[in-house]
Amino acid sequence: MKSYIEPEFIVERDNEKCIRCKVCINQCTYDTHYYDPEDDVVRSRDENCVNCHRCVVFCPTKAITIKKNPTQYTENWYWTRENIVDIKKQAESGGVILTGMGCDKPYYTYWDKILLNASQVTNPSIDPLREPMELRTYLGAKPDKLEIEMENGDVVLKTKLAPQLCVETPILFAALSYGAVNFNVHLALARAATEFGTFMNSGEGGLDPRLYKYGDHIIVQVASGRFGVGLEYLNVGAAIEIKIGQGAKPGIGGHLPGEKVTQEIARTRMIPVGTDALSPAPHHDIYSIEDLRQLIFALKEATDYTKPVAVKIAAVHNSAAIASGMVRAGADIIVLDGFRGATGAAPKVIRDNVGIPIELALASVDQRLRDEGIRNKVSIIISGGIRNSADVVKAIALGADAVYIGTAALVAIGCTLCQKCYTGKCPWGIATTDPWISKRINPDIATRRLVNLLRAWSFEIKEMMGGMGINAIESLRGNREHLRGVGLTDTELKILGIKMAGE
Amino acid sequence: MRTTNFLNNSHNDYKVVEACALFGMMNLSGRRFGARDPVRAISSMHERSNGLGGGFAIYGLYPEHENDYAFHIMYLNMEAKEKTDKFIMQNFDVLEAEEIPVNPEANVWKPPLLWRYFLQPKKEAIKNQSHDDYVLNNVMRINTEIGGAFVFSSGKNMGIFKGVGFPEDIAEFFCLEEYEGYMWICHGRFPTNTPGWWGGAQPFSILDWTVAHNGELSSYGTNRRYLEMHGYYCTMQTDSEVMVYALDLLVRKHKLPIEVVAKIFAPPLWFEIDAMTPKERNFYVALRQCYSSLLMNGPFTIIAARTGMMIGLADRLKLRPLTAGIKDDMLYLSSEESAIRLVAPNLDKVWSPRGGEPVIGRLKTLKPQEILTT
Repeated sequence: MKSYIEPEFIVERDNEKCIRCKVCINQCTYDTHYYDPEDDVVRSRDENCVNCHRCVVFCPTKAITIKKNPTQYTENWYWTRENIVDIKKQAESGGVILTGMGCDKPYYTYWDKILLNASQVTNPSIDPLREPMELRTYLGAKPDKLEIEMENGDVVLKTKLAPQLCVETPILFAALSYGAVNFNVHLALARAATEFGTFMNSGEGGLDPRLYKYGDHIIVQVASGRFGVGLEYLNVGAAIEIKIGQGAKPGIGGHLPGEKVTQEIARTRMIPVGTDALSPAPHHDIYSIEDLRQLIFALKEATDYTKPVAVKIAAVHNSAAIASGMVRAGADIIVLDGFRGATGAAPKVIRDNVGIPIELALASVDQRLRDEGIRNKVSIIISGGIRNSADVVKAIALGADAVYIGTAALVAIGCTLCQKCYTGKCPWGIATTDPWISKRINPDIATRRLVNLLRAWSFEIKEMMGGMGINAIESLRGNREHLRGVGLTDTELKILGIKMAGE
Repeated sequence: MRTTNFLNNSHNDYKVVEACALFGMMNLSGRRFGARDPVRAISSMHERSNGLGGGFAIYGLYPEHENDYAFHIMYLNMEAKEKTDKFIMQNFDVLEAEEIPVNPEANVWKPPLLWRYFLQPKKEAIKNQSHDDYVLNNVMRINTEIGGAFVFSSGKNMGIFKGVGFPEDIAEFFCLEEYEGYMWICHGRFPTNTPGWWGGAQPFSILDWTVAHNGELSSYGTNRRYLEMHGYYCTMQTDSEVMVYALDLLVRKHKLPIEVVAKIFAPPLWFEIDAMTPKERNFYVALRQCYSSLLMNGPFTIIAARTGMMIGLADRLKLRPLTAGIKDDMLYLSSEESAIRLVAPNLDKVWSPRGGEPVIGRLKTLKPQEILTT
């Protein structure tokens, strides 16, 4: 069948600049560029290009430019190019359209409609370069109060606290499963988390034994496929996260194609080489909240109550009630993943239409837990599209204890959000397990880039806090007085629990 | 507390921002003394207030009614008084009630009607609540339900006198030269908005807790939402209110020693905690983990008091001034050393407490444990 789909991008090459070095040919994993020896010229197959910019960045003479195809269908605000092309793809394949990364639609981004406060006159702003500025955060269940006794003039603490995770900055690396990304990416995340005093999340594909030595800075995930889960795995991590849902694809499971299951991944995931790794949509031992409680306590028993147990859900319509149930079921940390959250592969229709913005989910969950008097019994981590340090500050002021970053961490090590992770051919060496392409991630360089990102964001967070006259991050948490909304309706302001700017 | 809140914060700002002069003076032997020194001292810091509020808390004020709750109530109209009187009659045994004597010549702005009551909870109404909780609930009800009535003092053997004017004018208005006490807490107010509302002046008090506060809490939103979770609703929208409720929660309900409370409001920095012995470190880490939402961030100095005890505390960066001095049995706390020197030129000791280091004065006749459980 002849395809009616036209190339999305056009590769332009300045032949005067091009030195025929063939770097672009070697770098492209989609076979876009080829050398024509007859004319001594490099040419491109535009239809293969995914606009990942690998060739653009690595071309030594900067001879390549990628452009959006200027040939467009007749302008139609309703029937966009995307709608038309998707239909053509499905008419030709009869299948579900896959995509990668998070929702790319111009739906409401509340972060951009929330503005921060700063001190003037009545309250001095604080210069973080001259004064202490504390970002350390403890994640885990906190008691209602501390019991203290005086013994011979000494204060003796009678209350025993639940296990806690200590992070030096309220930013953790989100779950990226082994298999979706390769060993080099996992290694860099583990090293960066260890160096900066934060955590990486193993994701649902288990943990390569070579990373066990970083276990104190790894949260190990237990998902519906139970890949790689065993007693050693549970005990090697600093905390355990039960993954119920994912913001990019609430309500559906996962599918790692067999081509990505190499020997190492097969061993870690405990499945045969080359077989598809399917995560069911639900956990088949969790059909309700009381089942969740059993799994939480099974994991706590397995680890002798020494580690906090987190439960991750996708932000959906009734997140607040679900979150309340999760706390009562014994979760020490709840993770809310918003609809901007990314994935290695998801049906496009799910990614772009299911779930709710994380800002609203966070605000309603935090308020609900306070209304019920149980906010202290749990820490809240949010994830799903945290793009910069201001998003982090706004999230914490809305009520989060910390955030996970996934997309931002991948962008730091090369990702350009071409959204083709599901092909397994990531030209940046990230969302691929091909040993040859995976080598493109140098763990040392990737670690440095990740640490630099955490460092830069932490500095910026301190600057924003200092401006507000706050020198410890706990005084920002849930402090919605420091937020104001612009361009929001009364209902939106009410759900976010913030005032309109000017009020 | 909608009615009083509107008076306190007529522009509906998210909270009232203010800066202030503070002075506290306590005789550690419990000897009572008159208004002369405290009023002179707070007046000397005239420039720190702007005439929109001044006030005094006096402890050891009503020895003849030592075990009765002394209510000071302001009324905006007679109707409010009639309703309140009826409410009080229903819920309390009234031992004495009188109009608070005032000097109408004093330079103050629109004084309300001011009454004083000595009360005991009605035995049949109290059920199984503690007396303090019963009184607290009824104070909240008068302030929120009646409208135009505001209980601004409700402790035993202590009283608050406050209003709109400079502190020296307020002292003259309330004829404070007539009173004696073993501890005086004085406040001169410099709010940035313009409410002419007597209840908005400081010190702020509930039961026998008093807080005179100078500062603005950048952590207000965090503190407020935490206290809401524990049943305290910050309806006055002032930082001082947050302080009082936090003290009540931690000392009365969670039974924590005041030294520990000071370390919750102004905890050591993490790098200081990291350098402690393991035992100390465990304790401070737990304190910061459990009570992180009651860290009082941003500039503040408070002089807090309850029966037999005076506490001075500044934020951990010391962004507001606090000086302490001792002469014989007298402990002084002040925004400025000059105010102490004015009334006690030859001090035995004078020092500026570090941020987060509380200065605690206790009556020698009371053991600390007794103070905690009173």
